[in-house]
Amino acid sequence: MPPRRQIQKVKVEHPWKLLGRVLGFVLKRYWLHYLLVLIAIVVSVYASVQGTMFTKTLIDVYITPLLAAPEKDFAPLLGGIKRVAMFYGIGVIAAYLQQRLMIYISQGTLRDMRIDLFDKMETLPISYFDSHSHGEIMSVYTNDIDTLRQLVSQSIPSLFQGVIQVVMVFTNMIILSPYLTGLSVIMIIVIFFVSSKVSGAAGRFFSSQQRDVAKLDGYVEEMINGQKVVKTFAHEEKAIEGFKQINDQLFDSAYNANKFANILGPINAQLGNVSYVLCATVGGYLAINGIGGFTLGSLASYLTLNRNFMMPINQMTSQINSVLLGLAGAQRIFAIVDQEPEADEGYVTLVNAKINEDGSIEESEERTGHWAWKYPHKTSGVTEYVELKGDVVFDDVDFSYRPGHQVLYNVDLYATPGQKIAFVGSTGAGKTTITNLINRFYDIQDGKIRYDGININKIKKNDLRHSLGIVLQDTHLFTTTVKENIRYGKLDATDEEVIAAAKLANAHEFITHLPQGYDTMLEGDGQNLSQGQRQLIAIARAAIADPPVLILDEATSSIDTRTEALVQEGMDKLMAGRTTFVIAHRLSTVRNADCIMVLEKGHIIERGSHKDLIAKEGRYYQLYTGNQAKSETAAA
Amino acid sequence: MLKTLGKQIKQFKLASILTPFFMFMEVLTETIIPLLMASMIDNGVNKGDMGHIRYIALLVLGMALLALFSGYMGNRLGAYAGCGFAHNLRETMYEKIQTYSFSNIDKFSTAGLVTRLTTDVSNVQMAYSMGLRMAVRAPSNLIVAMAMAFLISPKIALIYVGAAVILMIAIIILMPITAKNFRAVFTKYDDLNESVQENVSAIRVVKAYVREDYEQEKFNTAARNIYRLFVKAEKLTAIFSPFMSLVVYGSILLVSWRGAHLIVGGELTTGNLTSLLTYCMQILMSMMMLGMMFVMITMSAASAKRIAEVIEEESDLKEPEDPVYEVPDGSIVFDHVDFAYKKDDNLILSDLNLEIGSGETIGLVGATGSGKSSFVSLIPRLYDTVRGEVRVGGHNVKEYDLDTLHNAVAMVLQKNELFSGTIYENLRWGNENATDEECQKAAAIAQAAEFIERFPDGYNTHIEQGGTNVSGGQKQRLCIARALLKNPRILILDDSTSAVDTATEAKMRKAFREDIPHITKIIIAQRISSVQDADKIIVIDDGKISAFGTHEELLKNSPIYASIYESQTGGNGDFDEGGE
Repeated sequence: MPPRRQIQKVKVEHPWKLLGRVLGFVLKRYWLHYLLVLIAIVVSVYASVQGTMFTKTLIDVYITPLLAAPEKDFAPLLGGIKRVAMFYGIGVIAAYLQQRLMIYISQGTLRDMRIDLFDKMETLPISYFDSHSHGEIMSVYTNDIDTLRQLVSQSIPSLFQGVIQVVMVFTNMIILSPYLTGLSVIMIIVIFFVSSKVSGAAGRFFSSQQRDVAKLDGYVEEMINGQKVVKTFAHEEKAIEGFKQINDQLFDSAYNANKFANILGPINAQLGNVSYVLCATVGGYLAINGIGGFTLGSLASYLTLNRNFMMPINQMTSQINSVLLGLAGAQRIFAIVDQEPEADEGYVTLVNAKINEDGSIEESEERTGHWAWKYPHKTSGVTEYVELKGDVVFDDVDFSYRPGHQVLYNVDLYATPGQKIAFVGSTGAGKTTITNLINRFYDIQDGKIRYDGININKIKKNDLRHSLGIVLQDTHLFTTTVKENIRYGKLDATDEEVIAAAKLANAHEFITHLPQGYDTMLEGDGQNLSQGQRQLIAIARAAIADPPVLILDEATSSIDTRTEALVQEGMDKLMAGRTTFVIAHRLSTVRNADCIMVLEKGHIIERGSHKDLIAKEGRYYQLYTGNQAKSETAAA
Repeated sequence: MLKTLGKQIKQFKLASILTPFFMFMEVLTETIIPLLMASMIDNGVNKGDMGHIRYIALLVLGMALLALFSGYMGNRLGAYAGCGFAHNLRETMYEKIQTYSFSNIDKFSTAGLVTRLTTDVSNVQMAYSMGLRMAVRAPSNLIVAMAMAFLISPKIALIYVGAAVILMIAIIILMPITAKNFRAVFTKYDDLNESVQENVSAIRVVKAYVREDYEQEKFNTAARNIYRLFVKAEKLTAIFSPFMSLVVYGSILLVSWRGAHLIVGGELTTGNLTSLLTYCMQILMSMMMLGMMFVMITMSAASAKRIAEVIEEESDLKEPEDPVYEVPDGSIVFDHVDFAYKKDDNLILSDLNLEIGSGETIGLVGATGSGKSSFVSLIPRLYDTVRGEVRVGGHNVKEYDLDTLHNAVAMVLQKNELFSGTIYENLRWGNENATDEECQKAAAIAQAAEFIERFPDGYNTHIEQGGTNVSGGQKQRLCIARALLKNPRILILDDSTSAVDTATEAKMRKAFREDIPHITKIIIAQRISSVQDADKIIVIDDGKISAFGTHEELLKNSPIYASIYESQTGGNGDFDEGGE
């Protein structure tokens, strides 16, 4: 559903500074375009004012003398018209140039703004996404960028145009008649006063309309999503009753809001007419008595100018709210652009390695199948190469997502290359958190994590993550083909490699049964696949990356038993020969783990092999034998 | 479509008729004003007659007042009619949706229904309200102004006809192309936003695979494409307003030239010339207005069509003429039942035959897509069978009053929803008049009482929309309690304990046996442990009943059942404690 435009009270801090920044952003790339636009605006406004003044010239200079002259010579008139036509021509060209240039400026700015925004977003730490809802982030891309477009392409130029118009028209009005100008100004003030009253009322009702719209949307969304429940509980009439109440309320507020907004038009128009006729009457008096050299032609021109004076002023006032909306949008955009990206002080990098016969390691240009950490020691200046094996050590690690809410306490663990470490425990015990620390989605507060003996803080994040494969519990797939989704794990993989990975993950068979096989498009996070199938693709994606260390978060939700067996088998094949951290929900996964960690409220309370832990008859034993009632009381 | 929507105007018919009338009045008075002004200049200023000037000024003020009144009424009534129409559309749609069967809902999808009730209605409201005011205003302004121009000077008016034709041709050619271009851009634009959305929700995958650069590159390309499309679409619109000025300026110059001749020839007065120039603007502005209206109406036509679809859709479940209002007991019979979601689709279930006695507990297992959910949804007649019949309490389900049947067959759906409100309010969906004690009793059977009582506000705890502030297991137990409050004949749990831990589930099964022995219970589950002590277990495979018997019998006779059992043995399946 496209987002609704919000009509709301807008609060912007430092609006001028913000406007300056927006302009700065635009002008950095498009200063020449913008300058040309400004010139074009001046030219076209000047041309149109000259055009209006022509009515006076037409009557006073050409027609009145012609009426009196015995010889009807139209040649001077033709000359005059030609001159004005030239003005008009230039005006039209300038207006076209202005429109055309504005397209490049506004769309180009939006493109750059979007790219900046997205580029920044990709570098933000995971914690940013934890603390901001997806809807909130999305609305920056949809609503805020849109209001910015309004600001750059319409509001700013039309404010500028308005000012120029008012100045030029005003000057000409004064030249024609200072007295009448005074009268016009008084009328403008009256119009301002009345319309601000009416639009104030409209604004109040618009915000209550907005509130009722939100209420109705909320109700509809909740009730329609639960419509099947409504049906099975025979609750239709109550649902209608609730709906009617909100719907009636919305009608009231919408009617009032639209009423006031609508009548603003005729009020302004008729006040404009009043101003027109007042000027005409007074102007007529001036012209009859010839006061201040005021002529019939002057009157005709003045009356048009008076109209043209009102128009830009009305337009400018209507732009003020959209300027504020645009700035509020810009504020939210810049809030993201100004975010600190994920910090990375790492300097140890991952390189292709050649292992010589004597065991020494050399850096290699090509893919050798071996990897090494390139470790330039800062103090000695010596570069050391450490083979990537997948040896992970946690040393007394403490962690909290937010200060004061510690999640992990004194976690120690040791995984030698090729070992399988399983974490078990209740939801919220900290299993997923541990795996998030290994790839540095979050940074620990105390203690150390070492990877092949190197503190992971010294390893460049990208290289660290390259060396780890992750299969998350909730699978995310991208809107592209199955093939490309698997290839996501290794962008330069050949089709054969993709198929091999799919075979390893037990995904090959179902993929070949899809309508277009590997070229089947996945949409909306793989909605067209079952959950088990999506997981198989995620496993294939990890398999193709072929990392030495794997982190697997098993799915808990109900996959049917056959697919589950396939997923299980796929995971087992993937784990073979790799250091694996698995968050286990199924017993079969746990039983053959080299070491099982039992977590409880952020502490590792038991550790050991399946046999050891069963013999111990502790928490693990209780979980395993299903004797949970006892352990629950113990935990509470 | 128009007829369907037209019916919804109802009590706003008078306003809908009066709006254009007042708008016409406004136009009429507004167009007379320039005519009066001409007289003021010619007979007043030119002749130096101040009295005439005053007389005309008063007339114009009167006209302005009349125009103000008509404009005010027209716009006010327009708002009234527009908002009222939208109000009626929403209400009719919502009431209609309440009569929908499950297959009607599936057809539109919930997201589709929500969009139709919200966005589509606002689109139609805008077009309707605008249409009422402009449909008459713009053409009549055009016609009246043109008529006035002809009245003053047919020779000059011809120039306007020419200008109007040129402008009309431009509008007819440009508008549809513009609309098409923009539609294309907006589709792409939606795609772009969707890919952002995808990146936001899959950010962990992106970062885990170190694909930030790759995603940035992909996005940059997409953003540049959007830029190109937008520029292309807008280039055309950029011609629009300069072209309009060109036509206006051209007309003014022609009028000046011709006008001067006519004045000199004594066929026209100077005052008339200024009025003619005013009409020129009015004519061309109303042309533009017509163009805009045309675009708006075509754009809202799609929305109007989608709304009409909802209103015209008929529920495919027919209520019987002489319905049965009492479900005698909880026995269930499937008699040669075939089922498909759409008439011509492949059968989901074929030739099911089954008898379930009142009060029995029945387990139901099978792979995803084998037809378990379809099977149980036939019992409360959420869908109709293609062939054969389903009998509940001895009657064909088609003979029952639907509400009666739904109240007697409580179904806890796989995708279950709680509603915003307190726990009590949610539970009372099952029975509005349930006492606090009855609610607590149901919660106790569903094993929900224990965690509810641990909440600071107990049963008055507020549940957020969609039940986001309770865990999956808690939500499932609340939904079961809610269903129990209906005191049904039959209780169906469609995989509704998947997030409840095994120990709690065992307690729930025990409570079912002891507290509600008279209710027929049908339990769909992935875990064998959830169903192994049922009276009988049905194994469904590929839309057919592959086996039906007790746990022990099935272990012996059903290879499918045996293999599922085997894969899950060695404890109780999994380690999780229902996400608490």
